[in-house]
Amino acid sequence: MNNEPIPCSPTISLLSDLPPGITARVTAISSSAKNKATPQLLRRLSELGFLRGEAVRVLRRIAGGEPIAVRIGGSTFALRRHEAECISVEIPQP
Amino acid sequence: MITTAVSRLPIVALVGNPNCGKTALFNLLTGSKQKVANYAGVTVERKEGTFFAPNGDRMRMFDLPGAYGLEAETPDERVTIDVITGNYALEDRPDLIVCVVDTTNLRQHLRLAVGLKRFGVPMVLALNMSDLAEQYGLVIDTKLLSQELGIPVVKTIAIQKSGIAELVQVLQDSVHTTAQTRVERGTVTPQQLQQDHEQVNQLLIRIGADRLNPLKASDRIDSVVLHPVAGPILLLLCLFLIFQAVFSWAKPVSDLINFSMTSLGAWVEQLLPESALRSLLVNGVIAGAGSVLVFLPQIIILFFFILILEESGYLPRAAFLLDRIMGGVGLSGKAFIPLLSSFACAIPGIMATRTIQDSRDRLTTIMIAPLMTCSARLPVYGVIIAAFIPHRTFWFGINLQGLVLFGLYCGGIISALIVAYVLKLSKSKHGIQTLMMELPAYHTPALRNIVIGLWQRVHIFLTRVGTIILALMVLLWFLSSYPTAPVNATHPAIEYSFAGHIGKALATLFAPIGFNWQICIALIPGLAAREVAVGALGTVYALSETGTEAATALQPLLAQSWSLPTAISFLIWYVFAPQCLSTLATVKRETNSWRYPLLMAGYMFALAYVGAFVAYRITGYFVGA
Repeated sequence: MNNEPIPCSPTISLLSDLPPGITARVTAISSSAKNKATPQLLRRLSELGFLRGEAVRVLRRIAGGEPIAVRIGGSTFALRRHEAECISVEIPQP
Repeated sequence: MITTAVSRLPIVALVGNPNCGKTALFNLLTGSKQKVANYAGVTVERKEGTFFAPNGDRMRMFDLPGAYGLEAETPDERVTIDVITGNYALEDRPDLIVCVVDTTNLRQHLRLAVGLKRFGVPMVLALNMSDLAEQYGLVIDTKLLSQELGIPVVKTIAIQKSGIAELVQVLQDSVHTTAQTRVERGTVTPQQLQQDHEQVNQLLIRIGADRLNPLKASDRIDSVVLHPVAGPILLLLCLFLIFQAVFSWAKPVSDLINFSMTSLGAWVEQLLPESALRSLLVNGVIAGAGSVLVFLPQIIILFFFILILEESGYLPRAAFLLDRIMGGVGLSGKAFIPLLSSFACAIPGIMATRTIQDSRDRLTTIMIAPLMTCSARLPVYGVIIAAFIPHRTFWFGINLQGLVLFGLYCGGIISALIVAYVLKLSKSKHGIQTLMMELPAYHTPALRNIVIGLWQRVHIFLTRVGTIILALMVLLWFLSSYPTAPVNATHPAIEYSFAGHIGKALATLFAPIGFNWQICIALIPGLAAREVAVGALGTVYALSETGTEAATALQPLLAQSWSLPTAISFLIWYVFAPQCLSTLATVKRETNSWRYPLLMAGYMFALAYVGAFVAYRITGYFVGA
């Protein structure tokens, strides 16, 4: 799949690694060897509002790393780790 | 499209994202009383009602399951897409779609509206919860939005009777019956979604509605409720309190009903001469159906708490907190709500699994749903606990009976998790289970919804007592009274009856788990409705009483005639036993095969027998029997 996150960039990361409380923007929804996401899962995430340019913030991460509670646009969703790993985000530089 | 008028009632369909208030609007428009709650996926099938316009016109109105997108990813979304494209059974396409959106989350909900417009069906946009949006300063210019979208736009408040006046007017003016052809379901590519998303954002900027709900209050509550330490403690406390309340609050009212039933029995006994009719009324109807009725207060209290949890938006948070456990045994996060619904009754619980995307995850959830303790088991637990567990109070007012009840519910849950885990092991290496569950904003529970919800539960319960339970009790009374005993009989008459013979035949099979022949009789009508087991014991024991004593309450009779190991074994049996034919029939319907209901009946029967056997032996060892 295209839009692979660039690992060395300091501002781009996966939603699964985003620290709670920081507002980031969605840059891509993509599958990788790590998350093994099906096209259905990716489309579902888009339907839920995980779309390019949308503001996203981690509200809460349960001990152990999943699930996480995420604010996307005006909605709140609970995601498991492999789902959050499909979402690349960028933290706007201040 | 052909637009000749046809002679049928116009069809209107309510469509929208999950949890935007479609069903609340539907209830107001059609006078229906469908279940509403604050979580996604309450409605999983098409519901139909009739809407009467002020000018007397009639329309058929469909309430459809909520959909996040138009790709029919889950069985419930499939229903929605099929109905609006005219591919559902032999129904025509709707003449009008009412697209319901949550005004406090237009960014998300308008995207669906834009997608729906592409189907080309006439559409109206209902800005629901517009009052909540205005609370944080978002006022929508409906005229402007209507021009932008090219469809009528109205504001609605589905929790107020007056909140649908505009919508009613629009429905009256703009619904015309036209001959409809079905359309293709089509596919929506991620690129299309992205385009729709950008279109919505630009539109919102143009109409000055580009502001997000700050969700401050919800976030503040969540900072405690979802807290890694405080959250689980709160959840446990919450559940624990519910079971305490079920026992301690219900007692005065239950005692009153119990007393009334006993007095009624005694009164009828005096009033009528010794006859078959008197026996039927006293032993069959009053001792039988009456002993089930006693549990009405407990059922009301249990559902009062469940309704508050549902209405407030807490349930998906509980699912969030428990997701680690669910994921650990291979369950989809979406399984939580269906499993929770199964505490009321496994049937709606099994139907609620339609929100689960993966069919194997769905099957696992269906297979363990009946292990959640349904409300029909409450009378069974209630009567045994009251008879055998001392009414003792510990520190902080915790009472032992409530504790045992809590333990039985936990027993069901833990065994469900174990079964899910075993099923996971038996699955071939199969993908990862998904969660993707919406956490809706908290709402203060609406009193109206709680009252309606409670009334429905009371209605269901009383209808069951008055129909199926009563009928079974009469049948059981007959089987337990005939043939009558010989003249010089030495045993109670019931031992010579049909039921007595059946019970004694079964008793051999159940002797290893401590069941006597009276219990075996009660198990059979319990297959049709679990509560009947209590009523059946009431009748069987009332008829087993020798001499002329009046029929007394079941509880002291049981305390006299059962040993503690038998009582515990009976409780454990009920945690597992597949004793509900309607549940098995629902599994057959939802899985479209006999395989799974049979498998379910088999494994649950085995668990029940083994569990009861172990409980009987262990208790027997401790009491030295």
